[in-house]
Amino acid sequence: MKPTDTTKPEYFHKVVDCQYACPAHTPVPEYIRLIAAGRYDDAYMINWQSNVFPGVLGRTCDRPCEPACRRGRIEEEPVAICRLKRVAADNKSDITHRLPAIPKEKNGKRVALIGGGPASLTVARDLMPLGYSIDLYDDQNKGGGFMRSQIPSFRLPEAVLDEEVNYILDMGVVTHFNQEVTSMAAVLSKQYDAVFVGTGAPRGRDLPDLPGRNSGDANIHIGIDWLASVAFEHIDKIGKKVLVLGGGNTAMDCCRTAIRLGGEDVRVVVRSPKSDMKASPWEIEDAEHEDIPMYENHNPKAFVTENGRLVGMVFERVEPVFDEQGKRSLVPTGEEVMMPCDDVLMAIGQLNSFPWIERNLGIEFNDWDMPEVDKTTFQTSLPHVFIGGDAAWGPENVITAVAHGHQAAISIHHYCHGKSTTDRPAPEVNLTSQKMGFHDWLYDAHISDDQRHVVALIDKQKAVGDRKLEVEKGFDLSQGYEEAMRCLNCDVQTVFETDRCIECDACEDICPVDCINFTDNAPEDLLREQLKVKATNKDQDLYVSDELKTKRVMVKDENVCLHCGLCAERCPTGAWDMQKFLLHEATAGK
Amino acid sequence: MTFVRPNFRHPENHTNQRGYSIKNYEGALSTLCAGCGHDSISASIIKSCFDLNLEPHKIAKISGIGCSSKTPTYFLGKAHGFNSVHGRMPSVTTGANLANRDLLYIGVSGDGDTASIGMGQFAHVVRRNLNMVYIVMNNGCYGLTKGQDSATADKGSASKKGVPSVFDSIDLCQLALQLGAGYVARSFSGDKKQLTPLIKAAIKHQGFAFIDVVSPCVTFNNTPTSTKGYEWVRDHLEATGTVDFIPSKSEITVDYPEGTTRKLALHDGSELLLHKNAHDYDLSSLKAAMDRIESTKELDKILTGLIYHNQSVQDTHELIQTVEQPLNELSQQQLCPGSKVLEKLNASLR
Repeated sequence: MKPTDTTKPEYFHKVVDCQYACPAHTPVPEYIRLIAAGRYDDAYMINWQSNVFPGVLGRTCDRPCEPACRRGRIEEEPVAICRLKRVAADNKSDITHRLPAIPKEKNGKRVALIGGGPASLTVARDLMPLGYSIDLYDDQNKGGGFMRSQIPSFRLPEAVLDEEVNYILDMGVVTHFNQEVTSMAAVLSKQYDAVFVGTGAPRGRDLPDLPGRNSGDANIHIGIDWLASVAFEHIDKIGKKVLVLGGGNTAMDCCRTAIRLGGEDVRVVVRSPKSDMKASPWEIEDAEHEDIPMYENHNPKAFVTENGRLVGMVFERVEPVFDEQGKRSLVPTGEEVMMPCDDVLMAIGQLNSFPWIERNLGIEFNDWDMPEVDKTTFQTSLPHVFIGGDAAWGPENVITAVAHGHQAAISIHHYCHGKSTTDRPAPEVNLTSQKMGFHDWLYDAHISDDQRHVVALIDKQKAVGDRKLEVEKGFDLSQGYEEAMRCLNCDVQTVFETDRCIECDACEDICPVDCINFTDNAPEDLLREQLKVKATNKDQDLYVSDELKTKRVMVKDENVCLHCGLCAERCPTGAWDMQKFLLHEATAGK
Repeated sequence: MTFVRPNFRHPENHTNQRGYSIKNYEGALSTLCAGCGHDSISASIIKSCFDLNLEPHKIAKISGIGCSSKTPTYFLGKAHGFNSVHGRMPSVTTGANLANRDLLYIGVSGDGDTASIGMGQFAHVVRRNLNMVYIVMNNGCYGLTKGQDSATADKGSASKKGVPSVFDSIDLCQLALQLGAGYVARSFSGDKKQLTPLIKAAIKHQGFAFIDVVSPCVTFNNTPTSTKGYEWVRDHLEATGTVDFIPSKSEITVDYPEGTTRKLALHDGSELLLHKNAHDYDLSSLKAAMDRIESTKELDKILTGLIYHNQSVQDTHELIQTVEQPLNELSQQQLCPGSKVLEKLNASLR
């Protein structure tokens, strides 16, 4: 193998599994260390800069970082990164003085944001400090988009959302709430320098062709619309027997909301096996904790109505069958099941919907009638129109919308200043030695052996009695500290300098996880085989040095490195050093 | 800040046939200087015992005084140990071995502990062919007292202080050969590929097994002018042939061209597979071994690998005809049968 090129930030970034997996590339280990140090304001600001909604995401994030977490490969459970973020958000003091200053003198550029969700708000957050004048349009009466209408208050208290939405709106964004945009042409006619569309995926899937759909309509609801109606207090009760169709996170929110609004027999019914449900495992766990049963392998066949009123649903039992390619199909068993119900909530998917964008404006639409959006610039074929968040390519999650928002803001800033939108700014990267002295490092390498700490919940009876009562208590300060100490500090990189190595093998001997090897060089596949412990996880890179004096190379399998620093500690010549890699994604104007 | 080793190990690093993980063979975290060759030897001992599926509690590690003799703290934490008096490791091992012949004895000593203060002890333990593994961690200096030349420092070799040694050095392998050791090997701490099979075979050898391991002192004796520094040793190695240890009852899966390898049978049925090289000689010939050490030295090189092997020598227990059962397992009645038996014995000698 060729020697690893660590001069490009990509290599070390990939070692920081959590940060690399995060769509917004939040420097996770950095803020976890600050939480351990009790510096909640600083931890919050690192988050705020990167993911804009730390308090919201600390409760509701889809957590792509956690399955990636190295700790999960060393023992069973990853660090509770998401809930640590909440510790920072809950325990910070007033941070308003640390928010960026908004120039009084504007730069003369006007931007319209359509939709007030996380993507649009992120664009506003990035562009307001640069002097832009921003108009935000939304059909709801407050900002936040789906974070407000779809995430129930028992998971995300309104006060938390308001606070973080207002940090942005208070920068001087001109809001046009309760105003549904019905024509893009009308928006374009207002001569904005740029228009950003962050309207989400607002249309819930229906089962229009199922028998009984029309006659039972009064009690058949689209999940996301129903959740929105609950959030805006248009609906405050539901029947005693409720069926929730679908296995995603919206289904989990629907069923848990239903039992809070009077549902007594609430069931989740999914077509597929339970193991294939799309909902995050922890959200399924939370629903099951509230005694909501899940019925798997039930394919909806018909709504049953009596005298024009919904009385139940018929399902066909299916079973998963796998073909030779391992492709699954659900084969009917012939058995039919009738489940009586008063209401049905359908949470079987969401679609983007652009009836309000006229097709003759120069915005190109593809074969699926979706606008063509550039994956990097978020630009459409109409150069000053940008689309991001769920509106771009379908439903994802809040953190992805934030990431889109940052990138779109960069494009808009470039576009408004006559620079190419394909010219992307490099991230800000810092690599700093952590060496303080003998046995002394700037970071605390003494990781905790504890298993993942469980977040305490409020009493179940109390919880299901109040839709607005937050179920999770969050970590207290000492739990937060203990969980933070589980972090392996993967951002503190093991940096190897070939020229200094005298090949004494001290690092190889001391490494607790046998990831360091001195061996003859070979092509990657062979090299992976010949290490002390075979490097079977091909998602993780091998760190290969230049050729050493003995013609061998140092090969380190990054897979389960504990970043304990013992290699550097035991190195007599300083060939190994522990250096903190801090990467901040570029944002507009920086 | 203190200095601790995390408790996690590689999740795919499985247990050995006895069901022990590598952690069961580790010791405390080393407090030797960073980069000390001795740590590599400790690692090789750990690896050897793990691979051989030994039970840690059936091993006794005994040492004298010096940097080398500190190392038993850093390996086999679950084994028995005795950090004895300077140069007296052989006596203590002899005593322990006579009391309990069932344990595996790993004696660790240094060049000072063996070639100076413990020279007399060393000579006699070899001569008696005590069943043990005797490892000298040889760095040619007294690291624990700031690096003065030891008796194994080669003439003309200069350590960090820069003054070349004026005395001829003692070659411990030659000494062991002269005194009748049945297993004599030399290796280098920086070559675990060679050292680990040599340790395994030494463990399996019935009788006295001696390994002289050149182990650089990074702090005082790793200068370009020293013949015991990493660089010099690497540049001047001359192996008798590469060795593979083949545990008993396991198949040899690799094919070697005919005539290029030689098998050496060990006591328990395991074998040492030796790949001959250009300088091949008869490893069971004492004279050839002596010659080869000398002729290699003339070329300014260090002969490493298995130097001499003779399984037929009787060990101490056989020589003095002790009982099969370890003494510590015999009852008071058996050990001290009383005055009547003594009288009878005395009578028989009159």
